[in-house]
Amino acid sequence: MASVTARPPDDPGLARVAPETIALPLPSVPTTVRIEPPRGWLELRLQEVWQYRELLYFFVWRDVKVRYKQTVIGIAWVVLQPLMTMGVFTLFFGRLARLPSDGLPYPVFYFAALVPWTYFSTALQSCTSVVVDNQRVITKVYFPRLVLSLSAVVSGLVDFAIGFVVLLVVTAIYGIQPTLAALWLPVLLLLAVLTALGVGLWMSALNALYRDVHYVVPFFVQFWMFASPVAYPSSLVPQRWRWLYGLNPMAGVIDGFRWALTGHGVAPGPLMLASASAVMVVLLGGLFFFQRMEGTVADRV
Amino acid sequence: MSTVVIRGEGLGKSYHRGALQQSALLRDHLSRALKSPLSIFRRPKDETFWALEDVSLEVREGEVLGLIGRNGAGKTTLLKILSRITKPTTGWAEIHGRVGSLLEVGTGFHPELTGRDNIFLNGAILGMRRAEIARKFDEIVAFAEVERFIDTPVKRYSSGMYVRLAFAVAAYMETEILLVDEVLAVGDVQFQKKCLGKMGTVAKQGRTVLLVSHNMASIQSLCSRSILLEQGHSVRDGATADIVRDYLSTFDEGNSGVVDLRSPAIPRAGKSTIFSSVEIRNGKGEVTSTFLPGDDLVFDFALDPPLVIKQPAVHIGFDDVMGRRIFSIGTPYSGVNWPVLDRPSVIRCVVPDLRLVPGKYSISICAGTVYEPWMDAILNAASFDVDAADYFGTGRVPPSELGVMLVPADWKICESVRPLNH
Repeated sequence: MASVTARPPDDPGLARVAPETIALPLPSVPTTVRIEPPRGWLELRLQEVWQYRELLYFFVWRDVKVRYKQTVIGIAWVVLQPLMTMGVFTLFFGRLARLPSDGLPYPVFYFAALVPWTYFSTALQSCTSVVVDNQRVITKVYFPRLVLSLSAVVSGLVDFAIGFVVLLVVTAIYGIQPTLAALWLPVLLLLAVLTALGVGLWMSALNALYRDVHYVVPFFVQFWMFASPVAYPSSLVPQRWRWLYGLNPMAGVIDGFRWALTGHGVAPGPLMLASASAVMVVLLGGLFFFQRMEGTVADRV
Repeated sequence: MSTVVIRGEGLGKSYHRGALQQSALLRDHLSRALKSPLSIFRRPKDETFWALEDVSLEVREGEVLGLIGRNGAGKTTLLKILSRITKPTTGWAEIHGRVGSLLEVGTGFHPELTGRDNIFLNGAILGMRRAEIARKFDEIVAFAEVERFIDTPVKRYSSGMYVRLAFAVAAYMETEILLVDEVLAVGDVQFQKKCLGKMGTVAKQGRTVLLVSHNMASIQSLCSRSILLEQGHSVRDGATADIVRDYLSTFDEGNSGVVDLRSPAIPRAGKSTIFSSVEIRNGKGEVTSTFLPGDDLVFDFALDPPLVIKQPAVHIGFDDVMGRRIFSIGTPYSGVNWPVLDRPSVIRCVVPDLRLVPGKYSISICAGTVYEPWMDAILNAASFDVDAADYFGTGRVPPSELGVMLVPADWKICESVRPLNH
């Protein structure tokens, strides 16, 4: 007997449209999702963040576009701010206080530090407040909240790029040539990004719990600036304390930036490894803490 | 038999009421810890409040399921759990397929960006890919009828254009499952019809939809099956017509005319809590929730602003039992001189000579400033009944079938009939 493949009976309850009309593209998220109460601390869903990478692009694009739309000076402010700080430092720390500058002209010395420092400072502060600032969106739609934190540290990179170009102009004006050591720059930048992200995740999770945390951060960052070789060279720090000082990842980044661009100052050394490991610990801890808080953040904002 | 696409077992969500009232400031916790170090180990005395308790459900592919219930019944909480916006306290759920959640229109819209930019941004936030949005861009703009303004910043849009655009983006989501919360009631009547039509098309395409609405008319027209939630529990699950009928009949148990609006269970739109309570009284000052046409309707709102509000405004929208907006009133339209709201106050609103047809009504209220009226907004904050009476004094009682309002009119019989001009 010939076998016949039976057609599925027409279900009268569903008016099915031909498949071509519902042109569903490949799903961008896994097709089965299980929703449960949060369990334990060791839950990292990083592949989900990768799936939402287009949303990361859109958040960064939104931040950059809005920032530059708001005022004509918006674009100029990215360079004006570090340039003006450089001017103030040159006058007070350089000319008047006569702090050493590793043999570099004062403007180069300060500006080479201020460009990465400004990135770090803005990235950390925006990462701290990004979740609470976007509370309207996160209480209405699901996406991994980590995407917001990442967008905060990534959109700072756009400003950094502009500042960096100006930095190259400034070093050229003073006749300073970048050395081959400039190849270290991406690594140093990455360290700054990871530090901002690591500390930012902790701050951001705390800020969602206690709303006054983001008032503390600017003060904390200011203090951190003076603990980093922005306004003075790290050679000023007594030899005994150099190891403690070197644990500050931004010390390594700032020193490294100056050295990579100008050949002057302190080269990245073994202390960088120590500070890089510290950053990884902070980052991992921040990731776990942040993901743990994620489930209930929408209840608290 | 189509497959189950959403399954939930024993879902529950609790909030610690004590924790909500406790300060959300680190400095308060720190100062408390300094003053009495052992107190940080003492658990705060809290009442655990269950917004949702032991709710189980199964939704099959292609179903359009309605979720109905009063304010605070847990409908939005359930949608938030299924949308993964918040995690359940107990239970679990499994969802097969991509979920698009429409809990608000215009999520993520930025006023400085153009309509074009916001379509992409909002679409991405809702989960659409850039290529997908680009493909549907023209259809979205056409649906929203904003072609001429697509490249102007959204802050210049009228509120009507804004919601049309926001809904249009969401309407073109192509996820297999849609979770929709009360967003069909946006825009003017014509646009609402368009939205309802689009929802109907979506339903017919075989997508699975969970719809929360107070508008019984939309629920009945779109959903074949519904779940009734009451105080966090799922009490009924079955054919929409029966459930809606039972739900409407529960409004027969009169309410006391006094509603406490501070409970965290009450879903509010808006960022602040301004309303504390509302009391409904009649013209004689007695608290009641039953009126006759022609009575004076008096609302006493207790307001407790969290910050100083300059040029405050309060609006009330009156809806019938099917969720249709009958009329709205507001302090700006009544010419009230109200310069500032900076302390707990009571505002009394008198609607004289009530002309509603007999039926059950609910009020939706919002408070804020004259330019930003939705700082605190509560749908269906309170309800009252209008009984039948001989309003016109003619010996005949106008029934509710007349429409929504009782309108006096003059009729005159003319003795001589003029012939019509050819």
